Amino acid sequence: MRFRLVALVVLASALLSGCGYNQTQINDEAVNAAWSEVLNQYKRRADLVPNLVATVQGYASHEKEVLTRVTEARASVGGINATPELVNDPEAFAKFQKAQSELGGALSRLLVVTENYPQLKADANFRDLQAQVEGTENRITVARGRYIQAVQSYNIGVRTFPNNLTALVMGWKPKANFTVEDEKAVSTPPLIKFDQPKPAQ
Amino acid sequence: MRAGGITAWRRCLAALCLCLTIAPGFADDFVAIPPLQGRVTDLTNTLFKDEATALEASLTELQRTKGSQVVILMLPTTQPEGIEQFGIRLAGAWKIGRRGVSDGVIIVVAKDDHRMRIEVGYGLEGAIPDAIAKRIVSDIMAPKFKRNDFNGGLQDAVAAISAVIDKEQLPVPEAVPERTTGDFSHGSGDWMFWGFALLVLAGIAHRALGMAGSGLAAVLGAVLGWFVFGSIIMVILGAVVAFFGSFMRGGGYYGSGGFGGGGSGGGFSGGGGGFGGGGASGGW
Repeated sequence: MRFRLVALVVLASALLSGCGYNQTQINDEAVNAAWSEVLNQYKRRADLVPNLVATVQGYASHEKEVLTRVTEARASVGGINATPELVNDPEAFAKFQKAQSELGGALSRLLVVTENYPQLKADANFRDLQAQVEGTENRITVARGRYIQAVQSYNIGVRTFPNNLTALVMGWKPKANFTVEDEKAVSTPPLIKFDQPKPAQ
Repeated sequence: MRAGGITAWRRCLAALCLCLTIAPGFADDFVAIPPLQGRVTDLTNTLFKDEATALEASLTELQRTKGSQVVILMLPTTQPEGIEQFGIRLAGAWKIGRRGVSDGVIIVVAKDDHRMRIEVGYGLEGAIPDAIAKRIVSDIMAPKFKRNDFNGGLQDAVAAISAVIDKEQLPVPEAVPERTTGDFSHGSGDWMFWGFALLVLAGIAHRALGMAGSGLAAVLGAVLGWFVFGSIIMVILGAVVAFFGSFMRGGGYYGSGGFGGGGSGGGFSGGGGGFGGGGASGGW
């Protein structure tokens, strides 16, 4: 009797790991961790915006349009409830992604405009903020890259045989990833145009 | 019918070969990560020998007192990658900084691109925030680099980085730095332990039960391979090792030699520090 019980437990655990249950749990946790890091870095960027806007305003107050766009993008990013569950909902994920890339675009445009203001560029506070924004953008890129890899191994795990059978039973779905278009947009450096409004001085 | 099957197989094989030959082709577009041989790696032959030695000495001293690893790489170019992409790839390969502390810094100088970057490990993001890294890049390094004084710029940068790291509370470095830098991953510990245990058991089983014992050992090896390492290859390897290992006299005494590895040969190597893209870049 006892022997049978032990044999059953051994068999059950062998089957469980054989069907990819454990591996999927490991991958799932890796995706969660990677996603938290992405959110973390996006938050860091959003937190920098008010300071940056205030500093730029001090020197370039008539760049209203660019400043407003940054502030609006920041507000719409803040309006999305960024939860870990986001990765399981492709639609909400896409919306979140769009809002973030708008903020990224608005920010880089703001930094381009600041090129026209030598006094602003010499401001120590602004230089530090600019370094922080650049550093954070780079961290976002790194975090996104790691998230993409984590999701890739999770999705491969869930979709390949025999784990896909387990996934079917357990209701695991492939997780949302950054789309190829997004990646292209991220990896190509922003085009700097020199037809900016004339400098204040 | 049979011939058709073979052609299909051949096509599959050809496609596979094609995939295998194309895949490395993509990787070749990027600058290869140079091997980590010392704290100062100059691929551009810019630094004189005594300059490099002096830099190396101050970096060694920093690691001795604070435990942090700081390294310098000078290379001609990182194209087609930006220095940031190259930097994080380099950081992932070199793993500068202590495991768990992640107190590593990599200074990358792409001479022909006129770009430089200070890549800061997770553990030092507080000591060297992006703004400080940016100041070191544009206020300390760039002016000297402009005058082609690469040695001076690097010496000053190392001094500035050492000064900020010095103020940071970090875990005390271990007495002999070379030992702490050895990259003993968890994996190699597992290998040693399980391999040793398996071979001892296999030897005992063979002596007690003969061939049946060897068979039993093979099954055990397979099970171990599955549960500990979770891959089919390890299942097969475990079974084979256990089966043949059981014939060895004394079992594990001889057998465990095949496992393990991963220690450093006394040279310099990264300690396993992590990087998340912190730091700053600039040009001159």
